[in-house]
Amino acid sequence: MYVAVKGGERAIEASWRLLDKSRRGDTRLAELSVGQIREQLRLSVARVMTEGSVYDEDLAALAIKQAAGDLVEAIFLLRAYRTTLPRFGYTQPLDSETMVVERRISATFKDLPGGQLLGATYDYTQRLLDFKLMADAQANGDDSTNGQAAQQQRAALQETPEAMPRVVTLLNKEGLIEQETPLSGAPEPGDLTREPLSFPASRATRLQNLARGDEGFLLAMGYATQRGYANSHPFAGEIRFGSVTVEMELDELGEAVEIGEIDITECQMINQFAGSTEVPPTFTQGYGLAFGHSERKAMAMALVDRALRAEELGETLASPTQDIEFMLSHSDNVEASGFVQHLKLPHYVDFQAELELVRRLRAQHAAQVEQTSQPDTGHDQEEQAA
Amino acid sequence: MNAPETQLASAPYDSAAEGYNFAYLDEQTKRMIRRSLLKAVAVPGYQVPFASREMPLPFGWGTGGIQVTAAIIGRSDTLKVIDQGSDETTNAVNIRRFFARTTGVATTRRTSEATIVQTRHRIPETPLTDKQILVYQVPMPEPLFRLEPRVAECKKLHALADYGLISVKLYEDIVHHGSIATTYDYPVIVNERYLSSPSPIPKFDNPKMHMNPALQLFGAGRERRIHAIPPYTKVRSLDFDDHPFEIQRWEHACALCGSKESFLDEMIVDDAGKRMFVCSDSDYCHDRREQQADQTGAIAEGESA
Amino acid sequence: MTARMTPLLSARAITKQFGGRNGCRNVTFDLYPGEVLCIVGESGSGKTTLLNTLALRTEADSGTLHYHATHGDMLDLRALSEPRRRLLMRTEWGFVQQNPRDGLRSGVSAGANIGEPLMAVGARHYGQIRHTATQWMERVELDATRIDEYPAAFSGGMQQRLQIARNLVTGPRLVFMDEPTAGLDVSVQARLLDLLRTLTSTLHLSVLIVTHDIGVARLLAHRLMVMQGGEVVEAGLTDQVLDDPQHPYTQTLVSSVLPV
Repeated sequence: MYVAVKGGERAIEASWRLLDKSRRGDTRLAELSVGQIREQLRLSVARVMTEGSVYDEDLAALAIKQAAGDLVEAIFLLRAYRTTLPRFGYTQPLDSETMVVERRISATFKDLPGGQLLGATYDYTQRLLDFKLMADAQANGDDSTNGQAAQQQRAALQETPEAMPRVVTLLNKEGLIEQETPLSGAPEPGDLTREPLSFPASRATRLQNLARGDEGFLLAMGYATQRGYANSHPFAGEIRFGSVTVEMELDELGEAVEIGEIDITECQMINQFAGSTEVPPTFTQGYGLAFGHSERKAMAMALVDRALRAEELGETLASPTQDIEFMLSHSDNVEASGFVQHLKLPHYVDFQAELELVRRLRAQHAAQVEQTSQPDTGHDQEEQAA
Repeated sequence: MNAPETQLASAPYDSAAEGYNFAYLDEQTKRMIRRSLLKAVAVPGYQVPFASREMPLPFGWGTGGIQVTAAIIGRSDTLKVIDQGSDETTNAVNIRRFFARTTGVATTRRTSEATIVQTRHRIPETPLTDKQILVYQVPMPEPLFRLEPRVAECKKLHALADYGLISVKLYEDIVHHGSIATTYDYPVIVNERYLSSPSPIPKFDNPKMHMNPALQLFGAGRERRIHAIPPYTKVRSLDFDDHPFEIQRWEHACALCGSKESFLDEMIVDDAGKRMFVCSDSDYCHDRREQQADQTGAIAEGESA
Repeated sequence: MTARMTPLLSARAITKQFGGRNGCRNVTFDLYPGEVLCIVGESGSGKTTLLNTLALRTEADSGTLHYHATHGDMLDLRALSEPRRRLLMRTEWGFVQQNPRDGLRSGVSAGANIGEPLMAVGARHYGQIRHTATQWMERVELDATRIDEYPAAFSGGMQQRLQIARNLVTGPRLVFMDEPTAGLDVSVQARLLDLLRTLTSTLHLSVLIVTHDIGVARLLAHRLMVMQGGEVVEAGLTDQVLDDPQHPYTQTLVSSVLPV
């Protein structure tokens, strides 16, 4: 005798217990600490902060731990948490020119003021699995030499900052590159976390969307622009990683104060020149920005940013990478993951409706086939005319 | 099912009641959603953009419906949550728990006792009253999206009531299938003006939307739109004069309560492919069986008297 | 034709340029109901820019444009809001594209293509829509039994006829045509021109055709305007202009046509 499906509550609770166990894994091994994740998986933390739109290394590390390393799930956790946070206002724009730089490279010049600073990067490593890392290393007791060395290095950087103007500023001395100067009277940028996205979307809105957008999606689309889908001949004008101070104007004080420091990665791509009868040819820019050390994301974002400027620069729109609505509507992995995975929810009522239709059409089809194979002609014309 | 679920063991995955505002959302967000709802009710069938928040459930899993319910629910309300017509599917259970924990509001399985019914993909069989609100979960609020994926262009089509495109789709259905081939999320014209998606309810349920005494609210969280059908509004399913709108019918009756009027779920009960049909609306079916049991009991008493 | 009527379309000093060059400059004319006006010129003469500007598909830089609407109002077309403009295009105007694939929906049947404008203005009877589509297919000399086939199944010339039917089915008063016969075989062109000639006279349509082909003008137009370098260099009744061209450029155009 069929009994109506019940017990959904108990099933859900049981699934939570199983999830806890699976997340913790083998209990003979030490549990990961949030601090370990923050320190030793810093590049995951960077991604989660960037796409989660919250700069907090500990929270991002916690999200990664809770999500058992699924970064898209961790980003979702952080975003959901963000929804509940009180908002105090907006900071002053970050000034990346005054960044305490840990890494700075430019592909456009062999050398330049401030120099090329390689910093800590995987770029010139040999991609060979290092089995030494498989050994269970212990913590080095007191404040590790690592931590001290890092602090010393930063202190050194701060003491004697060699002037490091942006490549883009240097090129502008000749007027060769379009400058990103805000127009007087331009409206404040909108806030995508407060207002829904709508089209046409200004460049400020587009950049916000891309900054929060999925790194994989931007990487694929940026790659496509290099392979002929909106070819814009990019050069990496400047990539810098380091810390910048965050300032905010407080009503009570009537002036801006420093509220902290964050690490950011910034990329400026220099692209082929556009020109019109009034304006001589100049180089155009694409811009990318991310929290923490996220070069791939910043570079891909800069490529996509430039592609989406095609309409504004009067270029022919030939590729989906230049389609603003297409790109911005599908860049958010929290939305994408939710909708793709919602297919796991029951859909049997709608499926029932489709079953009924297909059965009916097949019956009609079978009846027609029978009709046409019989010599009885009287009904044929009526059937075909229907 | 009627008592608030205060006996539930606290688990990390539950939205903890402490530290969160009533119904989870902060008051400003609720106000923002209510403003959107008012606009939607003022222009029946028109999709109002709203600043949907990230919720503890994923986009695509009912965040729009949840935000609408969270914006309108009050302490004296009684909430029913269904998915595919049933109170017991896992997602309905999950959402009901969410509200139980973040509001402490009474929940119920009985349609007639609810003041707010949040639903995914069905309208309850039991007729609603003018004291009730039906909140629909909507995945894709734009009825034209399969024909015109660009949102910007669809906005213009709605503004100009330029709906030739959907008629073309229905025409082509008749050309190729002999009848209109849409069986769920069947497009409707609301208040004789806006083309609207009723959400993926089977077309069987479309007639219930017309002149319904209840307020019908539609929330699409991921797409960030809200629309509404005020009470007693005309809702017409698209068709041609010579190919009128028809609802599905079954040859079978419900195996549990015998209903021939309700939407039936098909179930495969054994390896030989034997099928059984049961009411999709679990409360409706349960009620009918209770009434039948009472009647049988009454007759038995009558006989034994 | 000679009675003093209100012009259907009035253009005064219409100018549309790109970066200060090309396009069209200072174009002035009137188009009367039931009249076919051809804009003739080589590529680069500005004729297509003019057509697109008159049809409100691009915005003029300067000048005025007025249209005498069905309900009697004289509309200032440059001041129309987008909704009004789209409504006008749906109900009173047609635009036949040079490439029929640009003016048809490739994913739906021939019948749906012709029926869509009717459905867009509220037609609700499937049988009647189909009947009207059938009639129009016959009128443009297409095999009506092919009503359920997709546009790609038809040849270029037939697709063009399909596009014409789609544009005429709502009974517009003014139709714009951009090189309607270009890219078709000579014999197909001839038959299409015949069809257009019959349709324009029986339906009393006003038509603005852009073409580089003098033969098209001679066959279809009551009047023509010759464009060179963005300006109208000569205008008048077709026969007069073609038999007795005044402007040197017109003379070159006329003399360069191979005798048929």
